[in-house]
Amino acid sequence: MSPGLISVAYVAASILFILSLGGLSHQESARRGNWYGVAGIIIAIGATIAGFGLGDLTAVIVAMVLGIAIGLPMANKVEMTQMPQLVALLHSFVGLAAVLVGFSSYIEPLVIMVGAEHVIKLVEVYLGIFIGAVTFTGSLVACGKLDGRIDSKALTLPGRHWMNLAAVVVAVILGGWFLGTDSMVVGIILLVVMTLIAAALGVHLIMAIGGADMPVVVSMLNSYSGWAAAAIGFMLGNDLLIVTGALVGSSGAILSYIMCKAMNRSFISVILGGFGQTSSSSTASDGDQTVHETSVDELAEELRNADSVIIVPGYGMAVAQAQNGVSEITKSLRDRGVKVRFGIHPVAGRLPGHMNVLLAEAHVPYDIVLEMDEINDDFPETDVVLVIGANDTVNPAAAEDPTSPIAGMPVLEVWKARQVVILKRGMATGYSGVENPLFFKDNSLMLFGDAKESVDKLMGALRG
Amino acid sequence: MKIGVPKEVFPDERRVATTPAAVEKLIRLGYEVAVETGAGEAADYSDDAYREAGAAIALDTTALWKESDIVLKVRAPMDHPGTHKHELDMIPEGAHLAGYIWPAQNPELLQRLADRKVTSFAIDALPRISRAQKMDALSAMANIAGYRAVIEAANQFGRFFTGQVTAAGKVPPAKVLVIGAGVAGLAAIGTANSMGAVVRAFDTRLEVKEQVESMGAEFLELDFGDEEGSGGGGYAKQMSDEFIKAEMALFAEQAKEVDIIITTALIPGKPAPKLITADMVKSMKPGSVIVDLASERGGNCELTEPGKVSEHHGVKLIGYTDLPSRMAKVASDLYATNLVHLMTELTPEKDGQPSVNMDDAVIRGLTVSHQGDVTWPPPQPEEPANKPAPGTEEPSPKAQAKPAPSPGRKLAGKLTLLAVTVLALYGVGAYAPESFLSHFTVFVLACFIGWQVIWNVTASLHTPLMSVTNAISGIIVIGALLHLAQAENAAVSVLSFIAVLIAMINVSGGFRVTHRMLKMFHR
Repeated sequence: MSPGLISVAYVAASILFILSLGGLSHQESARRGNWYGVAGIIIAIGATIAGFGLGDLTAVIVAMVLGIAIGLPMANKVEMTQMPQLVALLHSFVGLAAVLVGFSSYIEPLVIMVGAEHVIKLVEVYLGIFIGAVTFTGSLVACGKLDGRIDSKALTLPGRHWMNLAAVVVAVILGGWFLGTDSMVVGIILLVVMTLIAAALGVHLIMAIGGADMPVVVSMLNSYSGWAAAAIGFMLGNDLLIVTGALVGSSGAILSYIMCKAMNRSFISVILGGFGQTSSSSTASDGDQTVHETSVDELAEELRNADSVIIVPGYGMAVAQAQNGVSEITKSLRDRGVKVRFGIHPVAGRLPGHMNVLLAEAHVPYDIVLEMDEINDDFPETDVVLVIGANDTVNPAAAEDPTSPIAGMPVLEVWKARQVVILKRGMATGYSGVENPLFFKDNSLMLFGDAKESVDKLMGALRG
Repeated sequence: MKIGVPKEVFPDERRVATTPAAVEKLIRLGYEVAVETGAGEAADYSDDAYREAGAAIALDTTALWKESDIVLKVRAPMDHPGTHKHELDMIPEGAHLAGYIWPAQNPELLQRLADRKVTSFAIDALPRISRAQKMDALSAMANIAGYRAVIEAANQFGRFFTGQVTAAGKVPPAKVLVIGAGVAGLAAIGTANSMGAVVRAFDTRLEVKEQVESMGAEFLELDFGDEEGSGGGGYAKQMSDEFIKAEMALFAEQAKEVDIIITTALIPGKPAPKLITADMVKSMKPGSVIVDLASERGGNCELTEPGKVSEHHGVKLIGYTDLPSRMAKVASDLYATNLVHLMTELTPEKDGQPSVNMDDAVIRGLTVSHQGDVTWPPPQPEEPANKPAPGTEEPSPKAQAKPAPSPGRKLAGKLTLLAVTVLALYGVGAYAPESFLSHFTVFVLACFIGWQVIWNVTASLHTPLMSVTNAISGIIVIGALLHLAQAENAAVSVLSFIAVLIAMINVSGGFRVTHRMLKMFHR
């Protein structure tokens, strides 16, 4: 295949990728978007392989078939609640691939360059491997945290910012040395050392970030994986990789920005980590601190008599796998003529859009699932709000208590409704470790217990 | 505590303050409920229906009043024609009373309520904020009045509302003009429109134009510069003389053309403005109909006779003042629900003990007498709620502004950023080789495309977005493929083999899982 044809194929693939992301602007066009993406990658791979001519392709085919054989079943098996882990794991693969390609490219350059071009290429190799390694280990840690295998509390070593800074400085110094050396052996040793440093940096960075910030972390790693791909693209002089990497990189960056905004935190403060460790020192406001409990039967009665109900799900719903029960309750209430809607906070769950996916899986129609901005004004006219496993995202302290650690974070203003019922396992604080005054409000009722059990019982009571 | 619901004694009043469905809800709030025998008869609710809902039926009027801690009524207390006593002489001292009171028009009644130490809730004095909408009886009744106004007009009108072409000839559609687009006006527009009439509407408040058009009417506008008739709180204010002159010219012109005029214009605290003069009535086609919803307050038409249908110059003038009562069943249903909501607000504990929380803006607003004192008007006087108007919501104060960094510092930061960008671009342009620059161009442009495209992605699809970008970033497989296919060094072969493998996991897994997720999204 001629280089011209390959270039044209790459342009087609780039356009398909852009269309693929553009398709996601609407649910209706999203599926088509996904197929555009598939088509793009098939064209790109096909053109690349065709470009080799009739060489020995056994290794290539074996590797690809093996990859697909592992990837497809994994994607088929995964539970929707485990989506954050899977996404994090996939990010780590991109990171690792970037590291491996970077090494290959250093050991055996595909194009021989001299002078300034050679230096730039070395910089690209170095940068690609660095970003790739940070993404690789960082994503693995994020995956472990999301999976519960690693404690999701933020790990705060003393002087951790200095350690990070030191790691970066050392990497830069090694980089200078790397550019200066002509010996392949020295170069490889330097690269390996730098990779180890970057890997440690990735682990340490993500270890220091608490569970509540995971949506930001995952989208940030998404962004990194894109930049890693772009760096490899520069290294190989491949425009398709550059375009794709830039698309993915900016996508992740925007998502991170949206998530940070939703938590009213600056990106820097999330990256520096340690949130959630500030002791829950927010002094309990005076006044009575009693919580009112309710029972499943009372709640069923309340829901039956309501005209409009808003359900606010949080990570707790995902953990308890209660989404199917919630969907059944929704259906039952809607059949009775009760107006049921969902209010989703942008950072609900551990992944941007996590709640939407879970509710979609449980067959909740997407047009009753609304974003925070769309629904916040409707709470005063709502009879009952059901808070299922959400905590920080409905904390009135964010709006009312300027001394609260989460002050100014936009929250769902559930307390403005006539009645708020909170399904919760116990009185523990949310990930931010901040006391939630919502539980003590006069119009709040608590229904203690596992979300799934409570929801199932509630469904029974509604039927009976 | 015991809630008593007496039979209404105002002449021709057919509504009742509670319904069997509402009784059930009141009992759930912890109250006992007693209903006077025959109270719901005119609204088609029998004593038996109340009994089934759990209410006691009181046969004796005086006893019902005497034994009630809370009395729910429609009309303001008045002399009882049966017992020849004033209703307030029968109510126990310190009791609660809810209903229409019209505190502005009835100062003596208000004083009498206070003297009797009655805590009275004037449903007509409800503050018009969104939280209180569920108790807004004025809007509920206005809605009914608007609908009924059209029905009454149709009853008096000798033609179809809708235009028809029949074998016996062509019938033109009725033309209806609605003046005043409050709740009643909008309801009238909707009803007339659904019956097939051509509807026009006028209101001094330009902000209601959209609402009028949404109900299917044409909004008549005066070409009158900036004057706008919105008087705050959703009410109209009095307009300048020139404006009124132009307005009257418009009405005069319309009167010649339309078949039916429905007027709903009221200004708070003032007699109804006279909008339709005798001359205009004279200019209307014979057989035309005018429904004057403001007739209780003097009427918008000079010739209206309150409470009656009269005929002048061949035009029928409907001046009924009891339109909601003419649809007693639905009016009672809605009114009873308003009162249940009020009682729910008053009994947050659901223990059958009303607590009058004077710090609550809504309750404070409608409590017109409390513990022997007249508590009307409320401290920050709001316009007396005499004329319903739609959708007047309080602006909700959004989150307080964060202390922003000083503008100087912000500017300095921006300038630094700009300088760094310019330097970096200069560095790249001056020293980087040609080949790098072309890639660099592609990179920057791709970043911008990504930026544009991603902002359009709907928030609910953020998870699929992540997994699809993930799959796409598996494109790194191309780099790995190039190395693997051309590898001469064994180490490179192994490295790139693994790279191809995991990148393919990424590609196939990412697309597959995105597909699975997207398949679940359905309407």
